[in-house]
Amino acid sequence: METAPKPGKDVPPKKDKLQTKRKKPRRYWEEETVPTTAGASPGPPRNKKNRELRPQRPKNAHILKKSRISKKPQVPKKPREWKNPESQRGLSGAQDPFPGPAPVPVEVVQKFCRIDKSRKLPHSKAKTRSRLEVAEAEEEETSIKAARSELLLAEEPGFLEGEDGEDTAKICQADIVEAVDIASAAKHFDLNLRQFGPYRLNYSRTGRHLAFGGRRGHVAALDWVTKKLMCEINVMEVVRDIRFLHSEALLAVAQNRWLHIYDNQGIELHCIRRCDRVTRLEFLPFHFLLATASETGFLTYLDVSVGKIVAALNARAGRLDVMSQNPYNAVIHLGHSNGTVSLWSPAMKEPLAKILCHRGGVRAVAVDSTGTYMATSGLDHQLKIFDLRGTYQPLSTRTLPHGAGHLAFSQRGLLVAGMGDIVNIWAGQGKASPPSLEQPYLTHRLSGPVHGLQFCPFEDVLGVGHTGGITSMLVPGAGEPNFDGLESNPYRSRKQRQEWEVKALLEKVPAELICLDPRALAEVDVISLEQGKKEQIERLGYDPQAKAPFQPKPKQKGRSSTASLVKRKRKVMDEEHRDKVRQSLQQQHHKEAKAKPTGARPSALDRFVR
Amino acid sequence: MTANRLAESLLALSQQEELADLPKDYLLSESEDEGDNDGERKHQKLLEAISSLDGKNRRKLAERSEASLKVSEFNVSSEGSGEKLVLADLLEPVKTSSSLATVKKQLSRVKSKKTVELPLNKEEIERIHREVAFNKTAQVLSKWDPVVLKNRQAEQLVFPLEKEEPAIAPIEHVLSGWKARTPLEQEIFNLLHKNKQPVADPLLTPVEKASLRAMSLEEAKMRRGELQRARALQSYYEAKARREKKIKSKKYHKVVKKGKAKKALKEFEQLRKVNPAAALEELEKIEKARMMERMSLKHQNSGKWAKSKAIMAKYDLEARQAMQEQLSKNKELTQKLQVASESEEEEGGTEDVEELLVPDVVNEVQMNADGPNPWMLRSCTSDTKEAATQEDPEQLPELEAHGVSESEGEERPVAEEEILLREFEERRSLRKISELSQDAEPAGSQETKDSGSQEVLSELRVLSQKLKENHQSRKQKASSEGTIPQVQREEPAPEEEEPLLLQRPERVQTLEELEELGKEECFQNKELPRPVLEGQQSERTPNNRPDAPKEKKKKEQMIDLQNLLTTQSPSVKSLAVPTVEELEDEEERNHRQMIKEAFAGDDVIRDFLKEKREAVEASKPKDVDLTLPGWGEWGGVGLKPSAKKRRRFLIKAPEGPPRKDKNLPNVIINEKRNIHAAAHQVRVLPYPFTHHWQFERTIQTPIGSTWNTQRAFQKLTTPKVVTKPGHIINPIKAEDVGYRSSSRSDLSVIQRNPKRITTRHKKQLKKCSVD
Repeated sequence: METAPKPGKDVPPKKDKLQTKRKKPRRYWEEETVPTTAGASPGPPRNKKNRELRPQRPKNAHILKKSRISKKPQVPKKPREWKNPESQRGLSGAQDPFPGPAPVPVEVVQKFCRIDKSRKLPHSKAKTRSRLEVAEAEEEETSIKAARSELLLAEEPGFLEGEDGEDTAKICQADIVEAVDIASAAKHFDLNLRQFGPYRLNYSRTGRHLAFGGRRGHVAALDWVTKKLMCEINVMEVVRDIRFLHSEALLAVAQNRWLHIYDNQGIELHCIRRCDRVTRLEFLPFHFLLATASETGFLTYLDVSVGKIVAALNARAGRLDVMSQNPYNAVIHLGHSNGTVSLWSPAMKEPLAKILCHRGGVRAVAVDSTGTYMATSGLDHQLKIFDLRGTYQPLSTRTLPHGAGHLAFSQRGLLVAGMGDIVNIWAGQGKASPPSLEQPYLTHRLSGPVHGLQFCPFEDVLGVGHTGGITSMLVPGAGEPNFDGLESNPYRSRKQRQEWEVKALLEKVPAELICLDPRALAEVDVISLEQGKKEQIERLGYDPQAKAPFQPKPKQKGRSSTASLVKRKRKVMDEEHRDKVRQSLQQQHHKEAKAKPTGARPSALDRFVR
Repeated sequence: MTANRLAESLLALSQQEELADLPKDYLLSESEDEGDNDGERKHQKLLEAISSLDGKNRRKLAERSEASLKVSEFNVSSEGSGEKLVLADLLEPVKTSSSLATVKKQLSRVKSKKTVELPLNKEEIERIHREVAFNKTAQVLSKWDPVVLKNRQAEQLVFPLEKEEPAIAPIEHVLSGWKARTPLEQEIFNLLHKNKQPVADPLLTPVEKASLRAMSLEEAKMRRGELQRARALQSYYEAKARREKKIKSKKYHKVVKKGKAKKALKEFEQLRKVNPAAALEELEKIEKARMMERMSLKHQNSGKWAKSKAIMAKYDLEARQAMQEQLSKNKELTQKLQVASESEEEEGGTEDVEELLVPDVVNEVQMNADGPNPWMLRSCTSDTKEAATQEDPEQLPELEAHGVSESEGEERPVAEEEILLREFEERRSLRKISELSQDAEPAGSQETKDSGSQEVLSELRVLSQKLKENHQSRKQKASSEGTIPQVQREEPAPEEEEPLLLQRPERVQTLEELEELGKEECFQNKELPRPVLEGQQSERTPNNRPDAPKEKKKKEQMIDLQNLLTTQSPSVKSLAVPTVEELEDEEERNHRQMIKEAFAGDDVIRDFLKEKREAVEASKPKDVDLTLPGWGEWGGVGLKPSAKKRRRFLIKAPEGPPRKDKNLPNVIINEKRNIHAAAHQVRVLPYPFTHHWQFERTIQTPIGSTWNTQRAFQKLTTPKVVTKPGHIINPIKAEDVGYRSSSRSDLSVIQRNPKRITTRHKKQLKKCSVD
């Protein structure tokens, strides 16, 4: 599924050394002040800019956004020239030095253009052409509007930068916490829970709530920003995985036998017995599907909005304990013990694709938020990043000393790998680039082996579940700085959440639409189209869309004799015939060229060979 | 239809006439046949029969085929006689008498009177009425066509149609209501009012207007007088010109023309003295006139008048003179104007010399310009002979000098020399070409000048040697690498070494040349090892050339799976190495993992390839075997139908499109169609689209609010028709769209789109108006 038009800015992090913290946004009632170079203060040598203490946006942020775009958008290249500057002049006589709407950078506009113009269309009639022109004009207008509204994405991603020659991986959490403000420092914490074994954890979609479940039955959910505990129970059973459903009010826990669903008070709502021995859980938010991978080798899709099992697919690959979802197209990736990763959709009984990734079994899989890259780690101690855009080839490979047991991508494309009690984080250039595995961006040692990893959405925070409890790490530049207030608002109230829930349910995407290319829905079903055409021809007895045979037009008097008409007709026919022959000849040549190199020269004795 | 009706009316008319004539006819015949007897009639008939044998005016004999009431020999039957009796013949008296004039008049009146048309069928009349009515309504309605089209194309229609104009008060009104309050405003207002600065119409202040209006009386009078005088002069001149134009005397005109010519000449002379540039221009004009004359057939004795005069000329002296005059005029007009009068005699004297001289010079020039081209040369010589008479006077002295020094008055030897020279030139150029081709240099080096040819040649030799060296080095490289094709062979010399070579790209035109070239090279590079030579030869033949890269490409495409998975990847040097001491159960798990690792990766690849092969096989369309064992041959246990038969009855399934994972060894992509998703796709193309790509382009932009800003979303989802609640929507009126409702508007519409009315409609319209 495509995300709302709020892609983060791909601007490389600023190299401004002086800037330690984000500039406070100036309010309209404030006096304009020269930006103080506060960064000149003799602080710690490294420079950390974290996106913390986000100012509380007004709830109707989107309305504000709309009201600002009042003028008609213009193509940035040609600013509108007013016919008579007099009309522009007000009573005061002063003239606007920058008439017309402000220009929009072309690259930004390009980002929102969705029509693929590379494909050349066949010749179209005037009426069709006008429709196409209208569509293109609409696209341009909407993309310009979207580009204009990007101005409202005021927040910038944070980053960590060492002094020249300094390795950022050497910077430990304590240093970061020391450098950042109090609010951000409060986001780094450790929950010391040694009693109930290794923990799995999950953040809600807004990034505000955290749920974790220990192997030995400890389940808890809390508002991790305020550290307010919502519920804490012990299910008295092995907890294999835990996951929030569409909102923080519902919680799915994969227990020893069955799948249980709790609410935010810890009351058990459902026990789903059709999903038994579940090892891993994934929730597809736009489809309201809870995907469960079980020990018995079944991948089950449960529609949580209606409580129905949509599909139960047998992967035929033994125990399933590696699963992740592709946030771009909602395809589930399963890792198998034979080194393959299979891609699943509830609409198909067979995997959409199978990729051989490792020589040994696959230990962990993660897909980045744009759906472009997949990271896998296997028993062969390798960490690979695959390109998912049709080629499925590894882009980069690294051998890790002990192999990574857990992988996770952040919203901005940072990759974290948990290896034993170490977490390594790699960063790439910007959002849509793969993380470079050359140098880790950050490393951290935990008090026990890692058991669960997830980046917190919209926060520069990484949550790590391990045997010693839960650790919340600060990872500058991990989260998306700008959130969509209508889609996932970290600051929403209960009422807003309920409102959102209704809307989201109304916009629920059918499960059968999950496929590798989510844009396939914007394409015509060519096979059915052709089938329909064929049927129509059979029904009518002729092809209504067939090209009419050439009929020579009557010419001026004297030139339109029957002989000349016939001649002209013959000419056109011959031309067509010649074209056909030429094409068939070319095809033959192709075939011959293909066939020749493969076979050796036939010998006369071949005929005797049986 | 009209013709039909016309014929009908005519028929009716003739019937009436006949009716009117009958009684008189009868009377007349009676009176005529009074004194005739039988014999005479027979004789007459015989005569007639004989004359009809002639054939020219054979008459159909009267034959009675139908019974009539009165068979009288006195009755005149008009049948068969061929000639119809005309009423006037009967009326013509033997002697003209005035008494018949009244009858004649009456008759003519009867004739001139139009007879009443027979009324048409009821159906026909109705049909005509319908058609006319349809056309009229179609016309009236056609004025709505643009409106309908506009409404169809409109993005949005808002009903009711009439809109209240938003009341925008003009600025003056706003200003008038506004009062200056603050002292600053008042001050500014005062200033403005003092100058009487216009507020509404900012064109002119009253002062300016006044100054414009003011003009003294004297001035005005003077101006009027001037104007009057000018007008009078003009009228005089016009009257004079008119009078002169009317004069018919040729002599007068001749005199006038001559006078004009003389005057012009005089003026020209003067102009030449005073302003040579202007004179030159004038000269050019004359030249142009001459050109025009040469172009045209005027005064060439080819006109109609001239031809008629030519016939007369034998006998008529005047005609001869007139013709001669015309010819002389032509000569005069086409004669070239000689400015430099001194050069005229010289030209005449040196004409023959020039004839011989000029071609050679021109040839030389040609050689320099275009290289040896015998065709060009010939045409040049012939051209120059003609053009010799028109040589520019500036060139003359030079040419004369040439002529004097080289060849004086001798015609033949010069010509022979010329031929020899030309031959020599040709031979030289040929030799040069061959040399160039041998040296693998541009065959068409065009800028080789005669003088510097030797230098160029030496240069070329040096360059070619360099080139050979390059080739050698390259070949050595190729031998080391083996597979890299030498594509550069055909291309110009290497870029990095000689910029000079770059300027003249070597071009091998034909295959033979190419081969020769290669042979030569082989000869020159005998010392090279054999495999290289072989490689060259294989490269030279165009068929073999693409093979090597193709193979390489294929190799590139099919990446070895083994390699893919076993590539040694650099290991990460992490700062922190995971601690070895771990909890007990972790240890246990690690142990298990170790065992797994030990056994991992044995058959992973083979298994995967097998799986892929199976998947590919399964997705392939199956062939249909229609052989019936035992049909047409022996059947039974252990007998198989013959291969020929099997081949004959095997229907091969068409090869499907290539698999997506054809070149991806580590991937199996499912080719099955997702029918559940396909149910949501568009499967019928909407109307104006003919190809699904076109339609896809229009639905590629999402219109939901999730993907768009609020404004864009609203714009994209505007309803096609908007109605205001609580308003009556009246049907559209002509006034609403700018038409007047009077009949004139119809006409205007017709004029606006005349295409709509076919010619047939127009005809009918006319008819209607006539009726």
